[in-house]
Amino acid sequence: MGLKREFRVFRYKPGWSRPRYETYILDLPEWATVLEALMRIRRDHAPDLTLRHSCLHGSCGTCGMRVNGREALACLVKVQDLPERITVEPLYNLGVVSDLVVDMPVFYEKFEPVGRPLIRRSEYLPQAVPPEGIPHFTRLESCIECGLCVSACPVVATDEAYLGPAALAAAWRVVEEPRDARVWQALALADSPHGCWRCHLALECSEVCPTGVKPGHAIAALRAYLLTSQAVRTASPMGEAS
Amino acid sequence: MSQGKSYDWRPGPRAWWDPRGRGLGYWAFVLHRLTGLGLVAYLLLHLWMLRLLARGPEAWDAFIRTAKSPLFLVLDGVLLLGLVYHGINGLRLTWLGYGRIEERPARGVVLVLGLTALLWLAGMGALLLVVR
Repeated sequence: MGLKREFRVFRYKPGWSRPRYETYILDLPEWATVLEALMRIRRDHAPDLTLRHSCLHGSCGTCGMRVNGREALACLVKVQDLPERITVEPLYNLGVVSDLVVDMPVFYEKFEPVGRPLIRRSEYLPQAVPPEGIPHFTRLESCIECGLCVSACPVVATDEAYLGPAALAAAWRVVEEPRDARVWQALALADSPHGCWRCHLALECSEVCPTGVKPGHAIAALRAYLLTSQAVRTASPMGEAS
Repeated sequence: MSQGKSYDWRPGPRAWWDPRGRGLGYWAFVLHRLTGLGLVAYLLLHLWMLRLLARGPEAWDAFIRTAKSPLFLVLDGVLLLGLVYHGINGLRLTWLGYGRIEERPARGVVLVLGLTALLWLAGMGALLLVVR
């Protein structure tokens, strides 16, 4: 038996003075996800509908959007779990380039000063045996840079300069596991007026994070570190804090 | 680099008052803001009322008689509720700020609400005894 659903989709194109919502009625198979529904809308109703997606299984983080007011990866949200009327909007706080596509460079730019750690040196699985020809597995950082946390954060909504949950979580990872990154720089950013002290601990970033990074927890850990250590006072470009 | 011509799609301060679809932590955040603003408003009102002291004992006593009316007691109840919640939730936020976040932070909010209810009931009981 199929699923009949009404989709209200946010539409915006460069040059428009304001966005509008367009409604599409779809008959979907029971296994359909919101991303599948959007691709059907593009195929059958609105060929100019723009959205980002890649892996279709929650690994790439490109299909982040707001489904009925809550941030999610569209490829992981099953339509059958949603009510009959479904509103799909782009992520908040990043600027909309076109329809459901947001301005991700705004998001990435916040990562750069932190050092943007990508590969972990911890958490190897000694019991895992790599295939022949591969010397070892590489453990990537858990953050898939989807932007859901930045959209859900009420502080980013009012303070454009706030580093935001994703960048602060990355800063905490640098402190936890410095690798070759400059710890003092990450701590100085976290301790800045638009750093971790701006967070009001609503913890919605941790709620919506699809990969368990829990940025809110990382921000609290950063605060604890800054409060209970001499890290900031001793941090300097000449001598890294330990 | 940013695209530069994107549509500004941020909720702004509206996000601070809209907990729909959010978790318990967000509701606590919204309540904290509302009670905080309420307490600031009360403080300003309180300072404004203190001007009556300069007008002599009669003016002050008349105000106190009004302040013991049922309507004012209801307002006192609302004030006490906001004060207790803001204070206890503030302690929870301080605790979280030291990195003490448990796996299920919502339990902390439930604890705050429970303590708020208990202290509020005790406070209202004491208030009613005083004005009786």
